[in-house]
Amino acid sequence: MKTNDVILQTVTKITLFIIILFSIHLFFAGHYYPGGGFIGGLMTSGAIVLLLLAYDMKTVANILPIDYKYMIGVGLLFSVGTGAGALLFDAPFLTHAHSHVLLPLLGDTALHTAVLFDTGVYLVVIGVTMTIIQTIGEDE
Amino acid sequence: MFELVVYISLVCVSISMLGLIYRVIKGPSIPDRVVALDAIGINLVAIIALISIALKTNAFLEIILLIGILAFIGTVAFAKYLEKGVIIEHERDR
Repeated sequence: MKTNDVILQTVTKITLFIIILFSIHLFFAGHYYPGGGFIGGLMTSGAIVLLLLAYDMKTVANILPIDYKYMIGVGLLFSVGTGAGALLFDAPFLTHAHSHVLLPLLGDTALHTAVLFDTGVYLVVIGVTMTIIQTIGEDE
Repeated sequence: MFELVVYISLVCVSISMLGLIYRVIKGPSIPDRVVALDAIGINLVAIIALISIALKTNAFLEIILLIGILAFIGTVAFAKYLEKGVIIEHERDR
């Protein structure tokens, strides 16, 4: 039987951007409000799972040509690099630094190296979740 | 007075959730149970909103959107499983 899920696909096209915006908001709000890298990564992979549900594995691989196993490695490298960067400045491992920077467009912005560590967590969570789901979904 | 209204509506939402749990347990077919679970998720949103009013905090507002999104994805996954037998297809047949 030929099925037609045009409603699901149209709703997915609109909802996907709202979910990804929400996950980015959760990721950047993590320092001052509830949120952070873990739940942000889970929401982003939830958006990709919605894409996988509405379309199929091959279409999603064409849209997002990412090997999620490399994503885990890059995320771990981010976290280790943030920790090891402190060693260059004669500080103990995983010492974080922060300062207020006057950026041209954004004005007075508080930048913290914990964001880089959180980026690592974000990438690892997306990588692990999508690797698990794709590996389970792929067996024939 | 206002808190009394919040507590009364919490009791009402809880009673409607009990009715939905009855439908999840008793429901003759699987789609009945899926629809009841989706509605339980929406009632959970209402309960979290009322509790965040009662606790006078806005720390739970993200959870409301989160449960909405998760209920949608879960219901879509269940519906696709019931219709096609697989949740994630390898290649669409068309």
